Amino acid sequence: MVHFMKPTPLVQKKFITPGVILLILLAVNGLAFLAGRFLFGIGGVTNLNNQYPWGIWIGVDVAAGVALAAGGFTTAALGHLMHREQYHALVRPALLTAMLGYTFVALGVCIDIGRYYYIWHPLIMWNGNSALFEVGICVMIYMNVLYIEFLPVVTERFIGRVTMKGFLTRFNKPVDKLLRALDRGLSKVMFIFIIAGVVLSTLHQSSLGTLMVIAGPKMHPLWQTPVLPLLFLLSAIAVGFPMVIFESMIAARSFGLKPEMETLSKLGRMIAPILGIYLAFKIGDMFIRETFVYLTTFNTASVLFMIEVFVGVVLPLRMFLSRSVLKSPVMLFIAASLVVFGVLLNRINNFVVAYTPPYSFGSYFPSIGEISVTVGFVSILVLLYRAAVMIFPVISVPDKSLSSKAKYTIRG
Amino acid sequence: MNKLDRRSFFKTTAVLGAGLTGIAASEAKAGPKNILSPERMGVLVDTTACIGCRNCEWACKTAHDLPTAPIESYEDRSVFEKMRRPDETALTVVNRYDNLKKPELPYTVKVQCMHCDHPACVSACIVGAFSKEENGAVVWDTDKCIGCRYCMAACPFQIPAFEYHRAIGPKIMKCDFCSARREEGKMPACAEICPVEALTYGPREELVRIARDRVKRFPDRYVEQIYGEYEVGGTGWMYLAGRDVADLQFPKLGRNPAPGVSESIQHGIFAYFVPPVSLYALLGALMWITKHRTEEEEA
Ligand code: SF4
Ligand code: SF4
Ligand code: SF4
Repeated sequence: MVHFMKPTPLVQKKFITPGVILLILLAVNGLAFLAGRFLFGIGGVTNLNNQYPWGIWIGVDVAAGVALAAGGFTTAALGHLMHREQYHALVRPALLTAMLGYTFVALGVCIDIGRYYYIWHPLIMWNGNSALFEVGICVMIYMNVLYIEFLPVVTERFIGRVTMKGFLTRFNKPVDKLLRALDRGLSKVMFIFIIAGVVLSTLHQSSLGTLMVIAGPKMHPLWQTPVLPLLFLLSAIAVGFPMVIFESMIAARSFGLKPEMETLSKLGRMIAPILGIYLAFKIGDMFIRETFVYLTTFNTASVLFMIEVFVGVVLPLRMFLSRSVLKSPVMLFIAASLVVFGVLLNRINNFVVAYTPPYSFGSYFPSIGEISVTVGFVSILVLLYRAAVMIFPVISVPDKSLSSKAKYTIRG
Repeated sequence: MNKLDRRSFFKTTAVLGAGLTGIAASEAKAGPKNILSPERMGVLVDTTACIGCRNCEWACKTAHDLPTAPIESYEDRSVFEKMRRPDETALTVVNRYDNLKKPELPYTVKVQCMHCDHPACVSACIVGAFSKEENGAVVWDTDKCIGCRYCMAACPFQIPAFEYHRAIGPKIMKCDFCSARREEGKMPACAEICPVEALTYGPREELVRIARDRVKRFPDRYVEQIYGEYEVGGTGWMYLAGRDVADLQFPKLGRNPAPGVSESIQHGIFAYFVPPVSLYALLGALMWITKHRTEEEEA
């Protein structure tokens, strides 16, 4: 039997579960340390200093955050640009992750910069030479594009269902009309935003790689290379689909739904070639610059590099090539998680591990406060995701009432 | 999307492209001040002449309104036991290193911002808060800075420091080559107070000549290298040394300007917005073609 999938708000599910309570505790803990940052300055809660200006708030919250939100533009490209209809059910969850992900990237930047109230400065003070400027502007625009791309989900939820109470009742009709107009207008111009989203993503995903190029010899040669932008772009594309698999399976599990194995394993089949290209460039670059000599010494950098490449790329690449892995939910999940882990570690390596200041009085390891804030942010993100899929039609569930003509009803 | 007709699709794409190219033209002009004047000033630091009195440290703090102990306390030489770095409380510091030829006369080395000719900080700063002035100074604008600390990650000499413990308005702190004093016609505070010939303030080109001349006349006293003449494309402050500069903990750097590679990547990706706009057009075409094909299949 063919399943007709339709995105539906998961209203009947319970919000509070033991896992959710744990997330709330982690979130509160993170916010407490965050308050410390605003009261006592960045030095009050972090282990950052003049030798190590950037820590995990940049390496994880920002750099890894942007990479792991890449599922948004890769599925948009697949579903909308290439019109591969069978993946439409995956577009909305990925879009929601990207939207929340980028929002938290922006928040991460906000708390990490010393003068958060000047966050708008790059909008009017331009420095076209600065990779960070380019990243900042692209992320800002892309975040807005993501909000716009999400708007149809909101209008779909409320059209014909605007029921405000009390004296607001008389506004119900006009608001409904407004939503309908918005919806019609959006569906005409949405393609502009979808293409723009993909272009902006390729731009800033690669520019994130350019960021550390200027640090030159301060960065460990295993990672410092002029092709960093390309490696960043390729790894972002490579992590897009695994991230979608990773989160769909977690969401399915936590809501007691059946994972869409058919679509997911089809998606999984595309991962191996992309990972392969990334690996080829990574290894090729290593041989051209002859940096493999650094692997003969046993230290944090070489070990983490090996883990990043073997556990994070080679192993999942091998797994995604296997038919039985693609068919087994557990194995598929493990393979996808490994890619996610690999890219996360790669960003940490690039921004934190590889950074070796010429004058240092010790090494950097994140403080409890830094870790708490990062974990807290991730927890809040997951909670918001859970709330969003219960309110808005994001996750597709089988719908028997649909005719086959309206098989996929996603717009935008 | 379904209702989209071909005409409006191409029209919008074209308008968008034109708009972006328009931005490109103005973008080319934006950016911080980065002047490489032939008359720019610099300082030649002769580490073989420096006596380690640290008067320059005191003068620098005084000139920049930073809290400091009285000048007499700077005679204490026990601070030399540990290597120190300039930070938000001291924009310049002096470190001591062994003199292998004459152990009784150790070398002392004053460090501060090098005032690079092609500064990484100027290139990196997200809002263009840094600028290289005509007088050779690399200065920082407190009204622009957002406190992202990218300048710190970029500087090859690890110079900019940050007020980590200030909750509101933390500043990036580094030597500003006494820009304000020099505008009043005064010397940099350190060069003025230095009791010996360790700090020579003058036009950079002249300093290079003086340095070469000294190295030639006293080959026993100096190593061949003038540190800063070519490093990262040349720096405003240059050093003469009695032993290998690596032993005095100067970073080993190439001759190419530090921002070179990243700027060319950056400008390659953005060359007048042509690559992004073409990508946009390409993806638009792809979208239209595949859509067309699916429609035909469905029909
Ligand atoms: S030494 Fe560092 S802070 Fe000073 S001008 Fe050069 S790059 Fe900028
Ligand atoms: S910390 Fe300030 S001066 Fe340094 S790069 Fe960021 S905005 Fe520019
Ligand atoms: S004042 Fe001159 S001699 Fe004294 S420590 Fe400074 S540079 Fe050396």
